[in-house]
Amino acid sequence: MEKKTLFTVSIYTENNVGLLNRISAIFLKRHINIESFTTSECEIKNVFRFIILVEMTHSGIGKIIKQIEKQVDVIKAFYHTDEETIFQETALYKVKSSFLFEERKIQESIKKSNARIITVNPDFFVIEKTGFRHETDKLYNDLAPYGLLQFTRSGRIAVTKSKMGISEILNTFKNQKKK
Amino acid sequence: MKNNKNISGAEAVIKSLIKENADLIFGYPGGAIMPVYDELFKFQDKVHHVLTRHEQGAVHAAQGYARSSGRVGVAIATSGPGATNLVTGIADAQIDSTPIVCITGQVSAHLLGSDAFQETDIIGISMPVTKWSYQITKASEVPVAIAKAFYIAKSGRPGPVLIDITKNAQFEMFDFNYKKCIGIRSYSPIPKIDKNKILDAAKLINAAKKPLIVSGQGVILANAEKEFKSFVEKSGIPAAWTILGASALPTSHELNVGMVGMHGNYGPNILTNQCDLLIAIGMRFDDRVTGDTNSYAKQAKIIHLEIDPAEIDKNIIVDVPVLGDCKESLSMLSKNIKTKSYKNWLKTFDDLMKKEFNKVIKNDLAPKKKGLTMGESIIAINKFTKGKAIIVSDVGQHQMVACRYANFIESRSNITSGGLGTMGFALPAAIGAKMGAPKREVVAVIGDGGFQMTIQELGTIFQLQLPVKIVILNNDFLGMVRQWQEMFFDKRYASTEMVNPDFVSIAKAYFLDSEKVENRSDLEPAVKRMVESKKPYVLEICVEKEANVFPMIPSGASVSDIRLE
Repeated sequence: MEKKTLFTVSIYTENNVGLLNRISAIFLKRHINIESFTTSECEIKNVFRFIILVEMTHSGIGKIIKQIEKQVDVIKAFYHTDEETIFQETALYKVKSSFLFEERKIQESIKKSNARIITVNPDFFVIEKTGFRHETDKLYNDLAPYGLLQFTRSGRIAVTKSKMGISEILNTFKNQKKK
Repeated sequence: MKNNKNISGAEAVIKSLIKENADLIFGYPGGAIMPVYDELFKFQDKVHHVLTRHEQGAVHAAQGYARSSGRVGVAIATSGPGATNLVTGIADAQIDSTPIVCITGQVSAHLLGSDAFQETDIIGISMPVTKWSYQITKASEVPVAIAKAFYIAKSGRPGPVLIDITKNAQFEMFDFNYKKCIGIRSYSPIPKIDKNKILDAAKLINAAKKPLIVSGQGVILANAEKEFKSFVEKSGIPAAWTILGASALPTSHELNVGMVGMHGNYGPNILTNQCDLLIAIGMRFDDRVTGDTNSYAKQAKIIHLEIDPAEIDKNIIVDVPVLGDCKESLSMLSKNIKTKSYKNWLKTFDDLMKKEFNKVIKNDLAPKKKGLTMGESIIAINKFTKGKAIIVSDVGQHQMVACRYANFIESRSNITSGGLGTMGFALPAAIGAKMGAPKREVVAVIGDGGFQMTIQELGTIFQLQLPVKIVILNNDFLGMVRQWQEMFFDKRYASTEMVNPDFVSIAKAYFLDSEKVENRSDLEPAVKRMVESKKPYVLEICVEKEANVFPMIPSGASVSDIRLE
């Protein structure tokens, strides 16, 4: 069996309704579970970027990327390993306010982990931590004994060390059309 | 087209179809598509609409039309059940790369998501089986979306596109202005050919001692039959074909060595695992072609001419991928190869063909047994159509027999559901095929099972008085499944025996000429009467009940483990 690796898939797309379904269906058809999924407008106006985290074999991910690129509304798709990207994720922790004042350990954990308190009110406070998975996990483990009222974590966001060249692709098309 | 100011979205749909030269469409009306049908009534001199008896019939007819004519087929249906009834045909067109545009009505935009009457999320349902789809909610989107639909359906590797139009958009008025789509920035349908790959491929071809060509439907879709023939003839390489690649090269061509795959010919299957170079052209290494991929052509270098980058290394890892339109890459390749011939290598194919003839073909075509065979029925069709007919086959044993024994002279003569294996495909597809190529004889070859899946389209044939010839090869069984039950399930014939109606009476109830053949002496005269008739004709041929199709590569076995009995 070929070894599985965690890959960050980046997909540049047009801003069209339903494209999210079309892309997730490619994974569904092959019975592949998606670890995380984030999408937002990228550096180019009206071009969207999907960041999808999947654990797959090297040969499998290559095939998936080609199937994704085959979609009419997909401009370009890439896959990268952790070493090839700069990535982060964000976690939010909602804790009872009384703990913040009574438990010194909580204050220490927040300080040590470089987390940020975004809001404090008489009932609860909310901590935000952006970092690697093991860092948000560490803070989770530190806070869990006190009872987390709510916890949520974002999907991975990532930029690559290498160039993507999306503007170049779009410019080539523009120039072809002019001819 | 003077009055394009302030027209309805529905009128714009028809005017867009006219702009795309879609003068023949197949469909079935219903509530949510009625405004479009109302406009069809007004424009019936420009756009001819064929009313099928079921939406599945409409989409298969559109497929048959596309396959025989090379144009984009159009199917139209209402929302809800009308739309879902198209899905099988859309999936079939997706896997067989058939250019079709499906237009469905949808509930008004303000009702979307309210579970309104006949509302269904057809965009969502069809998404995995369409090349592209779009929901129109404003009339102004009609021309842009339809222009894109036609462009996407036929460009690059063709496929099905679905356009869903909400009812309010059909009624809404706007100023119509049509611009043909000539490009989409996120979509590059034809990859540029890398000249170095051509040279690499030519080098392998020039050095090969035992090369083999396997061609698929890509040659036909690229209109590259001429370039393909020149390449085959200059290279002198024996050429085999996949089921959808049939008829690109005439059956009688001296380098045509037959069909590959599960029920293909003995020689090309065995020799796939002996050749030193495999040249795959416009084919996709389907599992029914490769058998066990771990023992497929391992000894050979492989060249793959392909338009779809996603097919490269998908099922079989290749040595030299040549991406691009094979019409272009084949002529580039021809310029770079030496004129050669492979006498001894070709003799190997002949020897294996002799073996296949003695073990299989002889008994199929000139049986000693009393019962009629499917093989001799196909040979009789060949005889009276002189090999000029388009053969539309359904799915199962008769399909394999038809593709093995049909004598093809012209390209686009073999229309069948290859990838999806959709029973019920042939009867409606034959309607479309005949309308797409009205000057050609069209013979549908269908089993008794598949015939009853879309039997209602006899009504369409009668209404149109469309002279298609329908041959039912009746063995009172779902024959292919029964064959597997016999071979792999100890003859436990679970739900494969069919108690059939009298097909002749059914045909006659539709006022169609029809007869039944049970004896060998009646076969040829009956086929002759059918072919000579200027009217639609239903011929039931009662064939042996428990005959098997050979050769056969058992599921999961290697191509070289093909069995003759």
